[in-house]
Parts: sequence; structure tokens; C-alpha cells
Amino acid sequence: MPNMDGTNKVGAFGEFIKGFWKENPILVMLLGMCPTLAVTTSAINGLTMGLAVLFVLTGSSLIVSVVRNIVPKQVRIPTFIVIIATFVTMVDLFLKAFLLDLSKALGPFIPLIVVNCIILGRAEAFASKNTVWRSLLDAIGVSLGFTVTLVFLGGIREILGMKTFFGKSVLGEGFDPWVIMLLPPGAFITLGFMLGAKNLIDRKMKEKKKE
Amino acid sequence: MEVILIFISAVLVNNFVLSYFLGICPFIGVSNRIESASSMGFAVTFVLTLSAAITWLINHYILIAFKVPFLEYVAFIIVIASLVQFVEMFIRKTSKTLYDALGIYLPLITTNCAILGLALFGALREYSFIQNIVFGIGAGLGFTLALVIMAGIREELDLADVPQPLKGAAITLILAGLLALAFMGFAGLISA
Repeated sequence: MPNMDGTNKVGAFGEFIKGFWKENPILVMLLGMCPTLAVTTSAINGLTMGLAVLFVLTGSSLIVSVVRNIVPKQVRIPTFIVIIATFVTMVDLFLKAFLLDLSKALGPFIPLIVVNCIILGRAEAFASKNTVWRSLLDAIGVSLGFTVTLVFLGGIREILGMKTFFGKSVLGEGFDPWVIMLLPPGAFITLGFMLGAKNLIDRKMKEKKKE
Repeated sequence: MEVILIFISAVLVNNFVLSYFLGICPFIGVSNRIESASSMGFAVTFVLTLSAAITWLINHYILIAFKVPFLEYVAFIIVIASLVQFVEMFIRKTSKTLYDALGIYLPLITTNCAILGLALFGALREYSFIQNIVFGIGAGLGFTLALVIMAGIREELDLADVPQPLKGAAITLILAGLLALAFMGFAGLISA
């Protein structure tokens, strides 16, 4: 991973795009697993969670990179956590006010964004060392990569478990829904195979490059 | 009676790792060897029990008393972070053996979502003080149980022939799925 420590200079577009595949927070860095597994019973839940993380990560990266030179080194982690917790409270109040059903479906996993290691990880590894502009690009890229992966995982589980995608019926009458996909084992197993599939594709691409 | 139900439910039926997905990071990261898994489980149980007591007091005597429930997340996370720090200093001063046994696992606990999850679930379900502590102990033991079983399986897995792309985290997740499936068998113990 080239710029985990944020020292390697890559173009702005590279900063943005890396979160989708090469440094995908879930599939490569295995960060933020709790919400990933817990809320992805349907594609819409995954999308909401992804957007909530997008807001919190962008906001906190912005603030962290602005204050990075003022905050003493010893107290930076508590400072970051308080900044993150504030943004999470904002998202939570927003969802409760405007999207009550979704807020109920996601339950305590919205407040748990506070301890989502993606956010603290990006704040510590990237935003605390980089300019505001680069931190913003990094935050948006990583959280969009997170969102896409969540929607994908939620989509698979929703299609196989309820025969719907974003609430619309997609599979015909003949298919018996696999209820297990909506339960915890379905989450673990689907994500396990997604990781396997990504490794397989990576290996195939490497082989192609060699030829 | 209700206290026993809360305990059994937290250990087996609604296992924090396998049915609430809390504490997945250490579950995948520290489940290589049974020894380190049980040290981690022990450290987490200890902090969970303490934080169950303290977050309950904070919630009832500060947040609810002063009518500022919207500060819940900020208050809880500060309490947990400083509690872990404090526990680490206390153990280092009092028991060298315990400190060496827990080692690097203590600071890692701050970002373990099981701790904050416990505080939030406890507040949501409006447990009494005693119930909340029992809930904390049960959740910790359930976490330890899942972690140690997983470590046992992974020690055997070293000898197995796993397909190349599934090696590492992927097969661990699939195993966790099978384990979660087994734990669903406990669901009949308690009728919700």
C-alpha cells in the first residue's frame, strides 16, 4: 500500500480513486467490520450507513486537518474522538428527525460509527498529516468505496434473502428465499466469499500483467 | 430470575460477536492462538464489567439528571477511553503479572465497539444497575467464548488445505458464519 502514511505523493485523482479497489476499507484493510456485517440486511440499509459514514468521515477529516497543527500530540486521539462523536450525534439527530424508519432499522449502529476504525484510522493516518484539500479527497474516496461495498453486500443478501433489490421484486416466483442470508451467518459467509472473490480477481489481473 | 435470563442471553443466545457483530476487529485479529485469545477475552470482560457500572452511573446521575441525553455518545466514549487508560495504569502499578498477561491488548480495547455497544444497549433497554453489570459480565464471557472457540478452530486450520484466494481473513469470516449458525441453536433457550 503506497500512501498509508500519507507521505507518498500521488495525483489528486489517485487519492480519490484508491478507496474503491486498491485500498478498499472493507475488502483490503478489514476496517469497519461491525456496521458492515450488522446493517447490510438490505441494499437501502447499506446505502444509508455508507452515506452516514461519508458525512462523518468528510466532516471530521476536514476539522482534523484544519486543527492538526494546533492540537498537541499527546491529546490528539481524544480530540479526534470528540470531533467524530460530535459529527455522529449530528447524523443521528438528522436521521431521527427526517428518516425515522431507517433510523430504527439501523438502531445502535449509527452511534457505533464513533468507534468505527475507518474514521479514526483515516483521521490518525491521513488527515492529521495532510492538507485540507487532500484529506477531503481521501475521506470522500474511502467512504464512497465503503458505501459501494456495503450496497453490494446488502444487495446480495437482500436478493437471496427476500427476492428484492431496493424493495423491488427481482427474482421470479419459482425461487425460494434463503432466510439464512438475512441472519448473522449469512452476513459472515457472504463477506467471506466476497473477500475470496476479490483475491481471485487480483490474482488473475496480476497473471495477465505478467504475460 | 430476570438477571439469570440476561446473563444466559448475553453469553449464548445474543452473543455479542456472533449475533450483534460487536468486537469483530479483535475477533479476526487476535484469534490466531488460544493463549492470546483468552488473554484478550479476559481483558475485555474486565473492562466491560467496569464500564457497565460506570456508564450506568453517568447515564442516570448526569445525562438524565441534567436532561442532556444528546451528549450520550460523546460522554460514553470519553468515559470508556479514560477508563481503559486508568485501568492500564492501575494494573501496571498493582500487578506486574496481570499487566504482562494483558500486554498490548488493553489499549486496543478503547476502539472495541463491544464496549460502547454495551453502554448503548444498556441505556436503550433501561436495565437497572445490577442488571447492567450482569449484562456486562455475560457479554464479556460470551465474547471470550467465541474468541477461544475461533482460535481453537484456526489452530487446526493451519494444517488444512484451504483454496488460495480464501486464505486468511476470508476463511475466518466463513468459519465465523458457520459458528454463528451453530450458536443459533441456542435461540430456543429463551423465548423473547
